[in-house]
Amino acid sequence: MTAAEHGHGGGMPRRDFLIVATGTVAVVGAAAAVWPLVDSMNPASDTLALASTEVDLGPIAEGQSITVQWRGKPVFIRHRTADEIKQARATDAATLPDPMRDEERAPNAKWLVLVGVCTHLGCIPLGQKNAEPKGEFGGWFCPCHGSHYDTSGRIRKGPAPANLEVPKYTFLTDTKVRIG
Amino acid sequence: MSEMQLKNPMLRWIEYRLPIFSFIDHSVGSQYPAPKNLNYWWNFGSLAGIALVMQIATGIMLAMHYTPHADMAFDSVERIMREVNYGWLLRYFHANGASLFFLVVYIHIFRGLYYGSYKYPRELLWWFGLIIFVLMMATAFMGYVLPWGQMSYWAATVITNLFTAIPWIGVGITEWLWGGFTVGNPTLVRFYSLHYLLPFVIVGAVFLHLWALHQHKSNNPLGIDIKGPQDTIPFHPYYTYKDLVGLGVFLVVLFGFVFYHPNYMGHPDNYIPANPLQTPAHIVPEWYFLPFYAILRAIPSKLGGVIVMAASILVLFLIPWLDTSRVRSTKFRPVYRWFFIFLVIDVVLLGIVGAKPPEGIWILIGRLATLYYFLHFIIFMPFVGWFERPLPIPDSIHQPVLGAAVGAAAAGENKR
Amino acid sequence: MKRAILAIAVTALGLSLSAGAFAAGDDVKHPEQRSWSWDGVFGKFDRSQMQRGYQVYKEVCAACHALQYVSFRNLTEIGFSDGQAKALAASYEVDDGPNDDGEMFKRPGRLADPLPKPFANEKAARAANNGAFPPNLSLITKARHDGPNYLYSLMVGYGQPPAGVKLSEGMNYNPYFSGNQIAMAPPLADGAVQYGDNTQATVKQMAEDVTAFLTWAAEPSLEARKRLGFKVMIFLLVMTGLFIAAKQRVWRDLH
Repeated sequence: MTAAEHGHGGGMPRRDFLIVATGTVAVVGAAAAVWPLVDSMNPASDTLALASTEVDLGPIAEGQSITVQWRGKPVFIRHRTADEIKQARATDAATLPDPMRDEERAPNAKWLVLVGVCTHLGCIPLGQKNAEPKGEFGGWFCPCHGSHYDTSGRIRKGPAPANLEVPKYTFLTDTKVRIG
Repeated sequence: MSEMQLKNPMLRWIEYRLPIFSFIDHSVGSQYPAPKNLNYWWNFGSLAGIALVMQIATGIMLAMHYTPHADMAFDSVERIMREVNYGWLLRYFHANGASLFFLVVYIHIFRGLYYGSYKYPRELLWWFGLIIFVLMMATAFMGYVLPWGQMSYWAATVITNLFTAIPWIGVGITEWLWGGFTVGNPTLVRFYSLHYLLPFVIVGAVFLHLWALHQHKSNNPLGIDIKGPQDTIPFHPYYTYKDLVGLGVFLVVLFGFVFYHPNYMGHPDNYIPANPLQTPAHIVPEWYFLPFYAILRAIPSKLGGVIVMAASILVLFLIPWLDTSRVRSTKFRPVYRWFFIFLVIDVVLLGIVGAKPPEGIWILIGRLATLYYFLHFIIFMPFVGWFERPLPIPDSIHQPVLGAAVGAAAAGENKR
Repeated sequence: MKRAILAIAVTALGLSLSAGAFAAGDDVKHPEQRSWSWDGVFGKFDRSQMQRGYQVYKEVCAACHALQYVSFRNLTEIGFSDGQAKALAASYEVDDGPNDDGEMFKRPGRLADPLPKPFANEKAARAANNGAFPPNLSLITKARHDGPNYLYSLMVGYGQPPAGVKLSEGMNYNPYFSGNQIAMAPPLADGAVQYGDNTQATVKQMAEDVTAFLTWAAEPSLEARKRLGFKVMIFLLVMTGLFIAAKQRVWRDLH
């Protein structure tokens, strides 16, 4: 028997169950072997362990903001003034680019907690310090491409598609909040 | 290269522009003729290739988490073991994979030695194989340094100090290698850089090795040339499926270590962070370096030891000419067969000596075994080749028609 | 012939591997061989034993030995609840900072913090311990030959030196320690800790418990490894069986 007689594909029966089963098992095994390689690039357990941050709100006076790091990202915490709250609540949510009521975004009206990352392309908006531009709606202004956010962190003008994200947080006490 | 007949139009489109499918088919596919009588010892070549790919894949993932800095390397490895998803699996696989990669390559080398695969016209093929082996040793050595444990540090110190044996310029060369006055952070960082680079150099050398292999095709257990198509079968599906069997067994062994004895081939001292002020009581290299370590220590002079150790590898480059036998396969060499067995025993013995402290009887055994190692290649190989009467050799792979014993043996070979 | 080579190869492998594992010192007593819950293919850690072991570590070993690769959050893996681990963490003051004024400050520990080290650095540790350095215990059972057995034997192995053996100043006799002289005084004494689960805190019991805890600390992935390993091995055996069968099928019509 020669190579020529066998021709292409040699002695392998084409639709042989055994061959198909072997191939399937080998492919499943190879695919399963890739998973640990892929998963190793996901956040590691020490990285996940830092996924919640506790913040003491005591020192933040009305009209002041602080920035804390949560998962490596800046989180804005603002002690809003009565004026800002009024402005935020008075706005008709239905007319906004990303409709959302301030009551949903800040159940505890005094405190606004936002992920300080512009929803356009990830820059950090200005407006945390009193001297910084706050945009046309008195909230935050992203200098990269000119997005304006209001006192509830909602997008009002500019290229950003969505409101500043509100992270998951819980009040542990009246002056202590856990983000994450 | 003839164009392939492909049914799928997409593949045909690609094939017309870049004949990659026929290239593969001609390299390891149905258009690559292989001797029909290859036995399971021939599995270890493709297995070594697969082991290389697996080491590179796991190594790249490990490199994403490893920190090449003397102050952080050890901790970063522990972070891989504890925090990174499946990090322990990747690291244990990489460490044990390196060991088994060497085992596979050693078997591959001894297979070549037994069946005369280094002889005309495969001298360059043999050389590229040896170059791969040397590159592997360098890569493995530098990889072993990266966890920056006690064994890492002192292995690096001892091995780099070999270069101080060179007269006049030795110290200068060694300090250049270290980037300092001792093994330290600069050494670690450059070893990391080279440990990432060298595997790809190995891949290049593997291509040359395979290119040379394809020129004259595989040797075979009978050691005779392919006379025509009746002597060959297509590589695919015959040897692809046969290689899968070897791969399956290899993976069972490898994962057996990874899951149930992951530190068996390692050394406990390497879980102690590097301490430049204290050498462990007994330092031993990884098992795959032990024979060479024994040869190094067999010579009571520093420079002499280094030279002889280097010679123990260099002599292998010369064996296509040191072997004077007319036949390739040791199967037909009743006298040399014994010498081959003695050589295997000798290398194993050297490995054992390498693991023992250089005291008492072990010094003598180490020296005798070293002497025998060189005698084998320099004296026995040429002389046995001259004086030995080989057994009758079959006419062809297809029809081993000679004496009954040989015929039966060859037929048995074919059944494999 | 082939068998002979194979036999040689297998023996070679065995010998060269076992040759690497020769004893570290000459007069060192071989550790007592015990069986542990995590041995074998299906080995598992005993959660309550590890919690007792943690107690021993915390109340006895931690005075001198660090365990910095273990974090408080890891303690949930040995059976503590989230709340318990948190409370344990909060019972320590850890360094943090700098704060907005640029000062380092102390705060209660959190889950993400590593267990605090007893000494700031090796020099401080040596200064406080007569020049000896109490090693970090995070990897101790992997950093010694036959780790768990060695550790257990060392804990229970203290005794009077045999006649003729002269100890150096401040050293203690322990036949399992390299050189038989160890700077660490016998760390355990009956009743050194008060177990919450009414287990008798004998020296042997505590040695066993702390060995279990430290074995976990050195290899927290052990259970996951053995669990995954069993599945993978079964799969590989089936796959190899199929490879063999498929190879036979492909080669069948060649003869």
